[in-house]
Amino acid sequence: MPSLKEVKGRITSVISTQQITKAMKMVAAAKLRKSQDRITQIRPFAQKLASILSNLSAAQSNSDGENWYSQQREVRNVLIVAISSDRGLCGSFNSNIFKGVARLVEEKYKNEYAKGHVTILPIGRKANEYFAKRKVAVVSDYATLFSNLTFDSASAAAEFMMNAFQQGKYDKIEIVYNEFKNVATQILRAEQFLPVVPPATSQNTSTQVDYIYQPSQEEIIDGLIPKSLKVQLFKSLLDSSASENGARMTAMDKATENAGELLKQLRLTYNRTRQAAITKEILEIVGGAEALKSA
Amino acid sequence: MHLEILTPEKRVFEGEVSIATFPGADGSFQVMDHHAPLISLLKEGVVEYKSKDLKNTITITGGVVEVLKNKTILLADGIVE
Repeated sequence: MPSLKEVKGRITSVISTQQITKAMKMVAAAKLRKSQDRITQIRPFAQKLASILSNLSAAQSNSDGENWYSQQREVRNVLIVAISSDRGLCGSFNSNIFKGVARLVEEKYKNEYAKGHVTILPIGRKANEYFAKRKVAVVSDYATLFSNLTFDSASAAAEFMMNAFQQGKYDKIEIVYNEFKNVATQILRAEQFLPVVPPATSQNTSTQVDYIYQPSQEEIIDGLIPKSLKVQLFKSLLDSSASENGARMTAMDKATENAGELLKQLRLTYNRTRQAAITKEILEIVGGAEALKSA
Repeated sequence: MHLEILTPEKRVFEGEVSIATFPGADGSFQVMDHHAPLISLLKEGVVEYKSKDLKNTITITGGVVEVLKNKTILLADGIVE
C-alpha cells in the first residue's frame, strides 16, 4: 500500500491537471463561438456566389469552351492541401487529417506517389511538422496561415494554388480538412479544388432569367471562378478552425471527467490508508495497555 | 429597392435604397427601382447608395453585383476602411 504522503501528492497533482483541462475547455468553448460566428458570416456570401455562378453556367451551357480552371489534364503531379491545427491537445483531430491524406494517396494517387509526384501543402503547424518528417515533397509557405486568418491571407494561398495549376505545375489539387458538423462531430472531407468540378446544373428551368451581362458572360465567369475558389478555401479553413475548437472542447471535457474518476479512486485509497494507520495505532496502544496491566 | 452588401467576412449593409452607383468593369453605372435583371463585374472603386434619409459611400476592392426582382446584392471582395 502506498504511503499516506505519496497518495496525497498524487491527489494534488491530479487536481491541478484537472483545473488546467477545465480552463482549456472553457477557452476552447469561447473560441468555438467566435469561429462559428465567422462561418455564419460567410455563409450568405458563399451561397449567393454559388447561385450566381450556377445561373451563369446554366445560361452558358451551349458554348462549353474549355477554360483553364476546368481543364481535365492527365494527372501527373498532385498537390494535396492538408489543413490541420496549430496546437495539439484536441483529440484525434490532427491524426485524422494525416490518416485522411494517407488514405487519399493510397486510394487515388498510388502511382504518382511512387514516382514522387505528390506534393503536400500543409496549413497549420501540426501538419507542417508531421509532413516535414515524411518522405514527401512539402510546400510550407502557408503553414502559418492560422496565426492570422483573414479572407486576404486565405486568398493569397488560393492564388498560389491557382497560379501553380495554371502553369501546369500540378494537374490536380485536393483539400483534406475537417468539416464542422457540430461540437462533438467533425467529418473528414477530401474535396477536389482544381480543376473545378462543374456545378450541377439544376433541372428546373424556372431559375432561367434573362440577365444583362456586363461585361460578357464569359468574362464574368472568368472573374467569378477565382473568387469562388478563394471562398471555398476560406470556408474550409474556417470549418477546420471551428472543428479544431470543437474537438479540443470535447477532448478536454473528457480529460476533466477522467481526472474526476481518478480523484475518486485516489481519495478512496487515501482514506483506506488513513483508516489502516489509525487501526494499527489503536491496536498498538491497546496491546501496550494490556501488557502493562498483566505486568 | 432592396440593397444588400456582403463581404466574405461580414454583412456591411442591408436596407431599402432608391438609387445605387457601382464601379462596373466597363465604367460606373447606376441602378434605380425596378431595374432589369443584371449581373456585372465590379472593379475597385466607390459604391454610393441613397434613400430619402440616408446617403452613404463605401470603397470596395472589386466584386460582383446581381440585380433581380428589385433586389440588389453586392458581393464585395473587400472593403477599404
